[in-house]
Amino acid sequence: MIEEGKEKVWKDYQKEIAEDNYFYARSCIRQNFFPGSEVAFLRILKELGKNLFDDPRHTTCTGIAYHSDIVPFDTTMTVVARHFALMTEAGLKNFVPSCITSFGIYTEVLELWRHHPEIEQKIKENLLKATGRTFEKPENLAHSSDIIYKFRNEIANKSKYRLVNKETGKPLRVVEHIGCHYSKMFPEKGVGGAEYPLVLTGMVQAWGGEVIDYPERRQCCGFGFRQYIVQANRGYSVACSKKKFESMAPYKPDLILTNCPGCPYFLDRWQYVVSEMEGVTYGENNGGIPVFTYEELAGMVLGYNPWDLGLQLHQVPVEPVLDKIGVQYKKEDKYKGVNGKDLGRPESPSCLKI
Amino acid sequence: MKTFGYTIQNDRQIDFDAADKKLYRYVAEKEPDINLCIFCGTCTATCSAAEFKNMSFRKISLFLRRGLTENLKREIESCMFCGKCTLVCPRGINTRNIIFNIRKGIEEYEF
Ligand code: SF4
Ligand code: SF4
Repeated sequence: MIEEGKEKVWKDYQKEIAEDNYFYARSCIRQNFFPGSEVAFLRILKELGKNLFDDPRHTTCTGIAYHSDIVPFDTTMTVVARHFALMTEAGLKNFVPSCITSFGIYTEVLELWRHHPEIEQKIKENLLKATGRTFEKPENLAHSSDIIYKFRNEIANKSKYRLVNKETGKPLRVVEHIGCHYSKMFPEKGVGGAEYPLVLTGMVQAWGGEVIDYPERRQCCGFGFRQYIVQANRGYSVACSKKKFESMAPYKPDLILTNCPGCPYFLDRWQYVVSEMEGVTYGENNGGIPVFTYEELAGMVLGYNPWDLGLQLHQVPVEPVLDKIGVQYKKEDKYKGVNGKDLGRPESPSCLKI
Repeated sequence: MKTFGYTIQNDRQIDFDAADKKLYRYVAEKEPDINLCIFCGTCTATCSAAEFKNMSFRKISLFLRRGLTENLKREIESCMFCGKCTLVCPRGINTRNIIFNIRKGIEEYEF
């Protein structure tokens, strides 16, 4: 799509993002998938002088179970109501989920209640009976990538590195991938809408990189809950990611940037799976295409230690990106835990170069 | 090679940039009306061969446009050249002549 067209679309899809005082709702899976990301988000916001409450009593939103037909929607709504109650008890009004599935769940619940106040009333009663809690609905609901998008220029001003190849001086070529539940269900709830979301593109451009448009840009990563959870169905999940890799590889991206818990995980791990099953790799010199979460990328441009960001837990090594930008890091610290103890080495893949 | 307990499904996407349109161009030159097909399926509904075999002129028309020659070869084997499909086509396409030219094209290009 031509740039002017995108700008018009982006103008139609702008959302309000709260300035400060956030209630943070962690993801149930991200802390296992990419454990450094949420910590980096908290650190970035602290350094920006923002007030954020990370409530230890917060639980899963049940999103994965709901989309896998394991948990009924009434239960999901009551769990969501409890989260809103925790926010209300903390005296906050701006709800910030870290997960895209959760963001989709909260949006869906709020939209449903807007159309059916009687359902909201019923859930209020359910919550009161079950927990003795009451709640107010959030005044502002923004995904944590919306928050980073909002402060992208402040981050750029404080940044130590830019997304530029230090040898050639050219911007790094970035593939951005948005989680389906960010704006495909409710396009007006995402920055830039569903077709040409701006949320990650805005970050990449503010930090000096170049976004690649490629045919399968909006294709799902294949997480898709059911096809991933049932082992025999995982081939469908891999097929989705594979379709994306094949479509993006000719454009030679330096990295993939994502804003969902599932997407970076699957786009990263499935590269290993495809290489083991079919002997195909998509990056330079038989390597893969490194995949980042937006917090990891923000942390990287801000000059945080890559190993504090948890980048050693990626299947596709991130060092090629660090080296292109010129990020300083200690190779020998890669597998050291925060306490300095050696974490051991993962097994090497048979095909994918690491 | 590992399997992990599942296989990677093959994509059914048709890449029009990669598709081999040689046969389509050959047939369209001989019988340009192929471009008028609206894939309504009337031809298939009347086809006697389709009654007993897995064959459909509508599919043949699609495979030809999409460059899926392997599927085409399988599909046209059962045609008896009776011409019933030509009689019913609402677009007046000489479907019989198209199948005839597909066969000739396949022979010529040794697909
Ligand atoms: S009847 Fe004619 S227009 Fe309809 S599918 Fe067959 S060839 Fe095409
Ligand atoms: S000419 Fe072939 S395709 Fe057409 S009706 Fe007869 S058998 Fe079917």
